[in-house]
Amino acid sequence: MKQPAIETTTPSTTDSAKLNRRTVQQHIVEVVSDSGEGAQTCGQMFGTVSAKMGNGIWTVEIIPAEIEPPRRSSAGASGNRIRLGSNPVTNAGDTADVVIAFNEQVLYSRIDGGALKPGTLVFLESVWAEDPQEEVRNAYQEALADFKKREFEVIEVPMEKECLKHTEDPRRGKNMWALGLLCAIYERDLELVHGEIVKKFTRKGKSVVNTNLALVDAGFNWAKENLSYRFEVPVVGTPEPMVVMNGNQAVGLGAMASGMDVCSMYPITPATSASHYLASVFHKAGGVVHQAEDEIAAVGFALGASYAGKTACTITSGPGLALKSEFLGLAVMAEIPLVVVVVQRGGPSTGLPTKIEQGDLLATLYGSPGDSPKIILAAATIDECFHFVITARKLAEQFRGPVIVLTDANLATGQQPFKRPVIREEWLAPPIDQSQWDSTVPPFDWDPETGISRRPIPGQRGGEYVLTGLAHGEESRVAYESGINQRAMAMRSRKLAVLQNSLKQPKLHGASEGDLLVVSWGSTLGAVEEAIDRVREDGGKVASLHLRFLSPLEPGLKEIFGRFKKIMTVEINYSDEEGEPYITPTTRRYAQLARILRDHTLVDVDCWSRVPGSPIPPGAIEAELRKRLNTEN
Amino acid sequence: MYGLKKDWVMEKRPRVCVLEDYVGSEARWCPGCGDHAVLSSVQRVARDLQLPPEKTVIVSGIGCSSRFPHYMKTYGFHGLHGRALPVACGIRSRRPDLDIIVVTGDGDCCAIGTAHWIHAIRYNMNITVLLLDNNIYGLTKAQTSPTTKRTERSNTHPRGSFFVSLNPISVTLGIDNASFVAQTVDWNPPHLYETIKAAHEHKGTSFVRILQRCPHYTSHIFAEAQRDSSLMLLMRHPEGINVPDAVAKTFKNQVEHDPSNLNEGREIASQSNGVYPIGLFYKNPQAERYDDFTSYGLEMGPSAEIEAVNEALDRFMV
Repeated sequence: MKQPAIETTTPSTTDSAKLNRRTVQQHIVEVVSDSGEGAQTCGQMFGTVSAKMGNGIWTVEIIPAEIEPPRRSSAGASGNRIRLGSNPVTNAGDTADVVIAFNEQVLYSRIDGGALKPGTLVFLESVWAEDPQEEVRNAYQEALADFKKREFEVIEVPMEKECLKHTEDPRRGKNMWALGLLCAIYERDLELVHGEIVKKFTRKGKSVVNTNLALVDAGFNWAKENLSYRFEVPVVGTPEPMVVMNGNQAVGLGAMASGMDVCSMYPITPATSASHYLASVFHKAGGVVHQAEDEIAAVGFALGASYAGKTACTITSGPGLALKSEFLGLAVMAEIPLVVVVVQRGGPSTGLPTKIEQGDLLATLYGSPGDSPKIILAAATIDECFHFVITARKLAEQFRGPVIVLTDANLATGQQPFKRPVIREEWLAPPIDQSQWDSTVPPFDWDPETGISRRPIPGQRGGEYVLTGLAHGEESRVAYESGINQRAMAMRSRKLAVLQNSLKQPKLHGASEGDLLVVSWGSTLGAVEEAIDRVREDGGKVASLHLRFLSPLEPGLKEIFGRFKKIMTVEINYSDEEGEPYITPTTRRYAQLARILRDHTLVDVDCWSRVPGSPIPPGAIEAELRKRLNTEN
Repeated sequence: MYGLKKDWVMEKRPRVCVLEDYVGSEARWCPGCGDHAVLSSVQRVARDLQLPPEKTVIVSGIGCSSRFPHYMKTYGFHGLHGRALPVACGIRSRRPDLDIIVVTGDGDCCAIGTAHWIHAIRYNMNITVLLLDNNIYGLTKAQTSPTTKRTERSNTHPRGSFFVSLNPISVTLGIDNASFVAQTVDWNPPHLYETIKAAHEHKGTSFVRILQRCPHYTSHIFAEAQRDSSLMLLMRHPEGINVPDAVAKTFKNQVEHDPSNLNEGREIASQSNGVYPIGLFYKNPQAERYDDFTSYGLEMGPSAEIEAVNEALDRFMV
């Protein structure tokens, strides 16, 4: 065996006196492996167990686009980031404190992503030092030297060697061993870990469960004996019962809790796992998941069910949304209730299928031909992924049209604990009305003030009408006179104004007036607020405003904007940077929410947006805010 | 009236629907269009089977034939080009109590809606599908459709179509789980009526291609077959389309075809001798129906639903 070229902290037997124990308010842990080695399962279980012990958590999946990309490659890195804290955690944070890497190449993908800092504690699988291939041994040694230069604190760990004592296939066992290691240094309750393993692997049989239990215990015991690090993240207990899940599971549960009959979908990353989850439980609540032949059929099927009085949703992502846009226009035109969940990923075109972007706001708002006003909500937390589906179903019925709920890849796969919802009967859709319809009431009996009307459901005698995508008046007859079209357009548009009138003014986070206001939407909530808090600690007169309703916008924005010298949005979508070649105030294309706000308020709203394919860390937002404040002075 | 009280009514008056109960707006198809014949046949079938108008839904896409629901006095869904079938399947998924008839055209079904056609046949939900095939795009003024014969002229192929035409019957017979495939013509009302009636009575997706004349653009195409019945082949069988002998007698070409014989049905459908076979090619009442699966849990009440949601939620408890 070749000696390591550099000096690293060598594991040595520890006794409690020598323990290097630190108490921290929050810590960021990453587990990265080749795709297929199970770092995601390891990270998820560590997150779940931490939540169960009462810590706040926020997890982000590190996902390659392929199922089995090449081994030992930076592009194939797969895993999980877990930020845990004493208090509720609202975002993934900046750089990692502790990383477990199953090889040095996958760690490079995290280094390139800016996830590490000098001082990051790295537990690195050491089997590569003895690899039969010389190039692998060399690559490993080079990386070790490089990591030292980068000032990471590297601990080589004999993962494979230790795992071989318990399994013939260490590639499938390292993740549990690594979980054991993490649980030792974070002093997690091993009983809870065992419970998660039993829950996860019972379907695969007793021997799989036992192997995994043995591996986790082995990792735990090895770390107890050989590692001196102990991190204590004290728990501030909440009296409330909590649940922990990811955003797609929350969307699926929201669909169930809202009394949906049908979820009609076509597989698309990163939305599909919501339907996977739903398919596993929906039948118990009397619902059905329909996997359609394509995205268009998926929305058409849902609209058909909804037209027939049943409640339906479709769950998709950007490219699917594009295909559904004609049907969404029909839902607007013919006033058919429908819930559409759009789990945003990077675009345009196929873009970044597994990665986060907030790029579909304008597509949802303007994506259908003609004027097609629709309601758009954006969930900011996992909690809201659940509740917004319920809200959306109600709004869709009340305002008789499509309601779009925007989430994103970060929410979809990220885990966060939240207060366990108490399911209420009024959330469920009522049974369909089959009573006699007063045949003097037309199918679009628009209230002249609000544009709101009640719809007949097939089966209601006296309500027979032909729904049409053609321009039509109250009777749903094809409009041949121009006045009818003008009036019908007004009635459909009016509904949004009516809804805006019933919304509350959004609440500011931070100063109530001052130098700079950040406006944001979606999953950036926690990072933006953390950045605002940090800048305010140094006396910055800043605040943030996080919008949930994007169409119609929440009321009173112009008044709030008037209290700040500068307004800017922070978004994960593309905008031109002023000062770049050809980019002038007249050619510059703004971020998506910024455009809507400029249009809506006539205020000169600026923007700062990035498309890194990952959540924007609070530190990056903080740096930008400080830069803008300094430029101001 | 003598012997009866002044306010006497019968306890229960049977509801009788007459033809007018199914007649909606005045049809705006061209005079001589074959769609008129299909409309009156559907109305007569509805009347004769006493379908409650409020429980009947006509779903269509876009095109001349897709104006159909407007001319019925039932519920109707005149939606998007090519997308009638997903909508109809969605309606059927949770409403086993409704009668659903899809009216589509050769552009709507066999061009823009092809994916849905293939898969709807495979799903085999209880829906009657009427393909009104006039071999041309009529509403958008004479473009080549998938069923336009090669060398026929249209506005998009003024020197004649290049494409070999598609045979909707042989395509449908090639789809796994097809359960009812028939062909009829608009100019033989008794055969049209009996075919639609048999299609409606079949439980599953019944696919009926109706050769339909367009007096404006393709009047010449079926003219000869209309004049000379030897250009048609009548398929007969006790399990097939039941036409009166008086009607059957007018067909010179007849064949005994058992509709459970798929291969023979395929052979008849794909013969290329210029003769139009009419009748039932294939029927399989045992084919799996997707609506048996999608209608699961319809009777579940709110308390059972809440219990299920709570159970699901508890699995995520911290």
